[in-house]
Amino acid sequence: MNSDIAVAIAVSAIAYGTPLVLAGLGELLAERSGVLNLGVEGMMLMGAVTAFFTSQVMHGPGWAVLIVAVIAAGAAGAALALIHAFLSITIRVNQIVSGLALTIFAGVIGLSSYAGQVWNIGGQHGVHQLNKMDLFGLSGLPVVGPILFDQDAFVYLSWVLVVLVAYYLYRTRIGLYLRAVGESPRSADAMGINVTAYRYTHTVIGGFLAGLGGAYFTLAIAPIWTDGLTAGAGWIAIALVIFAFWRPDLLVVGAYLFGALSSLGFTLQANGVRLPAEFFSALPYLMTIVVLAGASTTLAKRRIGTPAALGVPYVREEA
Amino acid sequence: MDIRDVELGAASAPVATAGSAPAVATVGVTKRFAGGVVANNRVSFEAKRGEVHALLGENGAGKTTLCNILTGLYKPDEGEVLVDGRPVRLHSPREAQAAGIFMVHQHLSLVDSLTVAENVVLGWSRQRGLGFSARQVEAEIGEVALRYRMHVDPRAKVWQLSLGERQRVDILKALYRGASILILDEPTTVLTPSETEQLFSSIREMVAGGSTVIFISHKLPEVLAIADRTTILRKGRSITTVDVADTDARQLARLMVGHEMSFDVVPRAADAASAPAPAPPVVLELDHVSAQGDFGTEALKDVSLTVHAGEILGIAGVAGNGQRELAEVVAGLRPFTRGTIRYAGKPVTPGDAREVIDRGVAYIPEDRMGTGVSPKLSVTENLILKSYRRGSPHAGPLLLMKQADAQAARLMERFDIRAPGPRTLVRQLSGGNVQKVVLARELSSQPRVVVAASPTRGLDVGATEYVRRVLVDAAKQGAGILLISEDLDEIVELSNRTAVLYEGRIVGVVDTARANYEQLGLMMAGAAS
Repeated sequence: MNSDIAVAIAVSAIAYGTPLVLAGLGELLAERSGVLNLGVEGMMLMGAVTAFFTSQVMHGPGWAVLIVAVIAAGAAGAALALIHAFLSITIRVNQIVSGLALTIFAGVIGLSSYAGQVWNIGGQHGVHQLNKMDLFGLSGLPVVGPILFDQDAFVYLSWVLVVLVAYYLYRTRIGLYLRAVGESPRSADAMGINVTAYRYTHTVIGGFLAGLGGAYFTLAIAPIWTDGLTAGAGWIAIALVIFAFWRPDLLVVGAYLFGALSSLGFTLQANGVRLPAEFFSALPYLMTIVVLAGASTTLAKRRIGTPAALGVPYVREEA
Repeated sequence: MDIRDVELGAASAPVATAGSAPAVATVGVTKRFAGGVVANNRVSFEAKRGEVHALLGENGAGKTTLCNILTGLYKPDEGEVLVDGRPVRLHSPREAQAAGIFMVHQHLSLVDSLTVAENVVLGWSRQRGLGFSARQVEAEIGEVALRYRMHVDPRAKVWQLSLGERQRVDILKALYRGASILILDEPTTVLTPSETEQLFSSIREMVAGGSTVIFISHKLPEVLAIADRTTILRKGRSITTVDVADTDARQLARLMVGHEMSFDVVPRAADAASAPAPAPPVVLELDHVSAQGDFGTEALKDVSLTVHAGEILGIAGVAGNGQRELAEVVAGLRPFTRGTIRYAGKPVTPGDAREVIDRGVAYIPEDRMGTGVSPKLSVTENLILKSYRRGSPHAGPLLLMKQADAQAARLMERFDIRAPGPRTLVRQLSGGNVQKVVLARELSSQPRVVVAASPTRGLDVGATEYVRRVLVDAAKQGAGILLISEDLDEIVELSNRTAVLYEGRIVGVVDTARANYEQLGLMMAGAAS
């Protein structure tokens, strides 16, 4: 073991953690508004397949293709989230059922795989890929260079988004209103805040970010499309939001921790450490179970900031 | 109940006094709901600038509907609302707030996890733009708080505050937004006596500054203490408006209920049995009982009490001094850690509710809707909840619902439960009728011991009087009653002896007839024994 391995782990933790940061931020916003969306995995897969397809068929300069592909991926996620928003906010279907349905509908044996087949992109090698950007020419610095200044645009975007979301939640009035909507929709409504609009908007933005998270898989991590390639990242993102106590700062920490776990086996094996690969592949999921179990204890529930109205449809009591 | 439906005066039509129009007034406001209920029937009243105007009436008299009209939640079917003498159309709370009308509801509209400052600026802020400066808001709130002497820490999270403090936040929120007409809906329900006093001094501060406070209540002493004038509502009508200085509790009660109240003539059990039989048997005995509260602290410390047959033992004290725990321990719902509880001389297992029930203990819990009844079940189902193991009509494991309904109908008659039928869901009943369902279930089986925890809290005058009479009747029939109440008047009125609970200990037991308020008050404050 030496600092090279540590840097390698950190770099790949960021690579594997970035889709979790994006999808997690999206889910965090939706949950802060009181909408639990278990469809993250489905939305990520749709984002992944849409991004890959767009980047394969579009012609033009690489940067333009990638931007369009990313936006298309976000739009695909947002469209799915809109379905969930309609089901759970407008007609008040049970949010767990609706979210699960969304993941099954769009997931491994569903829409995303179907799209992959119809578009016939399985087995193709990606034409365009997000490249590392040497930020400020500092990538040569020891340790921090490769970690902080030699990442792709998506990583930098995710950092900007984290800061923006944190600022939004705690330093703006609409962020304050958002928290109120998730905590006590009745009070928010009484204060003239449009609960439905806040919930719709944030659920859809959440879907957009989940789509971006999916796009990162096919545009940056591995330039191919295979069915179900997100491999449960959507579920980990949901667990992360709980793990982070619904706070964007902690979410980044958690995402990179999970990213490190996801890439640990690969990195260690590449560096000659011998342990069964299955053990490492199972680690993030084991961690997810531990986190969820921990977050469910009554002690944890009392104080850690679960939006009080999470998963509860808001019904205004009319005269 | 015989209510003479007499109009006691048509003095309520607003007459603009020379010079200044009333701050807010309604003229002939009528509001009908689906199903033909007329919640407000030609209601007229006017509140002047710088006045505390009470709206007095029993539950269901139309006070809340009227205020929902004033705050723009409901639209009146007829009549109009005037602000400063000009008719206004209020289509939403926002429009009402723009006209300066704010309401502080009984169920406060605060977000628990946000700070006081954040709650105050929720939906409206003096600042412009997207961001908000917490520090500036905190300073502004501090200013308002100082002016109205309502101390509260703007940085505290709402969940950390007591109910009284939360109410202060809700009032501050209205004042911060420039309320000139503030409606307080039964504001003292959640307050301790000293908090009530504080609230009253803040209210005086507000009206001194030219605001108008509309004070909704069914508590006569409070209306007499704080209001300048009061409009009495009864069955959706405005009966009359009187100057508080020219009236008294008796007259107000008569106007409110529509018939003479037998206020202080509820006979005390002792008066009824003025020649007490030699030492009636002890039905309930607590012998050095200690018990833990919800958070593992010792909530009851070495409590010893006896209740005799035919006696009402009152437990006085400020809320949170172990009353709830005492009630639950005696009802078998909370295990005690030390000591012995004997029912008719025989000890019980700590925390065994079924054993306690089998010994003939009736329990009228403080938490009526949660513990007292199951709101989504019918009246019949609630009435047989406790007797399912024996008394209820059944054939093997099957309930005979027709017979149960018939049984329920008889109890509804006997306990004056007003509901469309035995199959009505308890949730749909008014507070008073819910409590009557509890009484009917608990008292119809001739209990030997009755534990009544705040049995009249939140009830209107009529229902309160009824509940008290039923309790006294039960005592006359030989039950021993443990009456736990924060309402000292209630305890003094009903009980033979009064024990005062302070920080989980009994600080003293006095003969109620010989006790005076000052002595009891000092004991409740922990200052004497």
